Amino acid sequence: MATRSTTIEGPIPERKSSGLWKDAFGRLVKNRLAIVGGLIVLLFAFVAVFGPFIAPFDYKAQDLVAVAANGNRPLPPLTDGHILGTDRLGRDLLSRMMDGAQISMTVALVVQVVVILIGIPVGALAGWFGGRMDNVLMRITDVVYAFPDLLFIIILSVAFRETWFGRALDGLFLVFVAIGIVSWITMARLVRGQLLSLKETEFVEAARAIGVRDSRIVARHLLPNAIGPVIVAITLGIPGAILAEATLAFLGIGAIPPRASWGTLIEAGNKSVRSDPHLAIFPALAVALALLSFTFLGDGLRDALDPKLKGKQ
Amino acid sequence: MVGYIIRRVLWIIPVLLVVSLITFVLMKSTPGGPWDREKELPIQVQANLDKQYGLDDPLPVQYIRWLVGWPTADGFQRGLILGDLGPSYRYRDRSVNDIVGDGIGPTMQLGAMAFLLAVVVGIPLGVIGALRQNKIPDYIATFISVLGITTPSFVAATLLVVVFSIGLGWFPTGGWKGPEYWVLPTLALGLAPIAAVARYTRASMLEVTRKDYVRTAHSKGLRERSVVVVHMIRNALIPVVTILGPLLAALVTGSFIIELLFSVPGIGRFYVSGIGQRDYGLIMAMTMLYAGAVAIMNMVVDVLYAYIDPRIRYS
Repeated sequence: MATRSTTIEGPIPERKSSGLWKDAFGRLVKNRLAIVGGLIVLLFAFVAVFGPFIAPFDYKAQDLVAVAANGNRPLPPLTDGHILGTDRLGRDLLSRMMDGAQISMTVALVVQVVVILIGIPVGALAGWFGGRMDNVLMRITDVVYAFPDLLFIIILSVAFRETWFGRALDGLFLVFVAIGIVSWITMARLVRGQLLSLKETEFVEAARAIGVRDSRIVARHLLPNAIGPVIVAITLGIPGAILAEATLAFLGIGAIPPRASWGTLIEAGNKSVRSDPHLAIFPALAVALALLSFTFLGDGLRDALDPKLKGKQ
Repeated sequence: MVGYIIRRVLWIIPVLLVVSLITFVLMKSTPGGPWDREKELPIQVQANLDKQYGLDDPLPVQYIRWLVGWPTADGFQRGLILGDLGPSYRYRDRSVNDIVGDGIGPTMQLGAMAFLLAVVVGIPLGVIGALRQNKIPDYIATFISVLGITTPSFVAATLLVVVFSIGLGWFPTGGWKGPEYWVLPTLALGLAPIAAVARYTRASMLEVTRKDYVRTAHSKGLRERSVVVVHMIRNALIPVVTILGPLLAALVTGSFIIELLFSVPGIGRFYVSGIGQRDYGLIMAMTMLYAGAVAIMNMVVDVLYAYIDPRIRYS
């Protein structure tokens, strides 16, 4: 039985699915904006991973002597090897932004992992079984949607920032949890909706008719068919998470100093924007560029994985 | 229809109750109290303060009292749902009601102006993009909307200040004394909504373009102008209405960052400083105020939606 099923099942779905991915990849490569976005995303990811090794300075090293020599003013860009200049304490802006890239990318990644680990199973259960499970999910959704995202994240962060897990990972753990809690709902709803419509298709009916177990139908037939929208939702969820983290940091919640998220840098830069605009401009551009790249890549993936949707939204 | 509206209005109550419960529980579960100062207050003083604000009672009692009110020696102290937002733990001489009363004007003005900007600029941008699809006007419109969506309001604010107040010196960097002070905050707050409205309008217009009734209108020989205005835009705007509610909500709740950056004397600034100062009374009250505003706006839009689109039937 086992050998027979592998010989029959093995190659057929594999060839079909590689067709889908190959087609999608072909369409993606043709989309220049998506490719540029993807390359910039890779660059940010590279900086996030290898930042500490390639940064020109230690992000928390202060050069008070140089600042004092400059009349207690932050060094402007392109002085003494500080490509983007320094802040009032003589800390290299580029190195600090590279550390900030690490924070942003980590938040983006971890939040999406939370979203996948909670959102997909809950959405799948609700979509497949319906009934009470579905009702509970939809009521939770109602409340979470009524609570403005940002306020909920802020309240949560304020409430727990003095606890042990509020301080874990330089305060970032709490940021992951807070953003993850409001983000998984969207994924659960998406998966639920996908499953509800896929459940009625003929290939699922056929699978049921030959007696395939429920869990196997969900895992082998429903989820693989829902994977396109899920990937798109994840890619487009990343800029959302980066934005939420930057906003929190801007409000002084999140990464504990001396670590500085881009939001923190913008907030600090804004205080002296009149005399030293470079301290605000460069982090602001970094945030905008990161969000732009992820959005282009996400839009491109959406068009590539589901050409029917092209042009909508 | 009437039944739907009533149910939709009543649905706000449990939602806000849950929101209030979550807010209350979260604020009460925080370690450290509102009396934490750099120099620690004597235990006895803290205990007296707790007694004065009723913080030594059991939590359910505190919750009910915060929500509904409680009888005192000289009458009845009203709670949240009766219009008293409670005390601020930092500003001893001012209640949250005073703070909100002082700041609500600029906050609402700013939100309304940004909302208007989004509608007045966003809808034409979307319409033009759809009518000239894949031509230069469409690319310009798309570029503006992508820029708006990917630029957080505080980033936009920073760049606007650098260019228009420091660089060109056209507008002041902060304050709220006259129309020239309103321009940059409104732009910074309105950029993302403009983009969202334009995107939705464009997608919806493209959808409508392919409809049978539009083809019929064309084949009847109607002028392009009347096909677009009477048949397309009117129908295309229906789905756009759905995002206006969340949008207004986002403008009201999102404006505190802009208020902070441009020193607008609204309520949002106090919310932010309340976070820093651990003024739990203020944070709880403001959160409920924001959540209430969001819930009501969403409700209004839902009802409006059912009203303007008769094809939708609610059961």
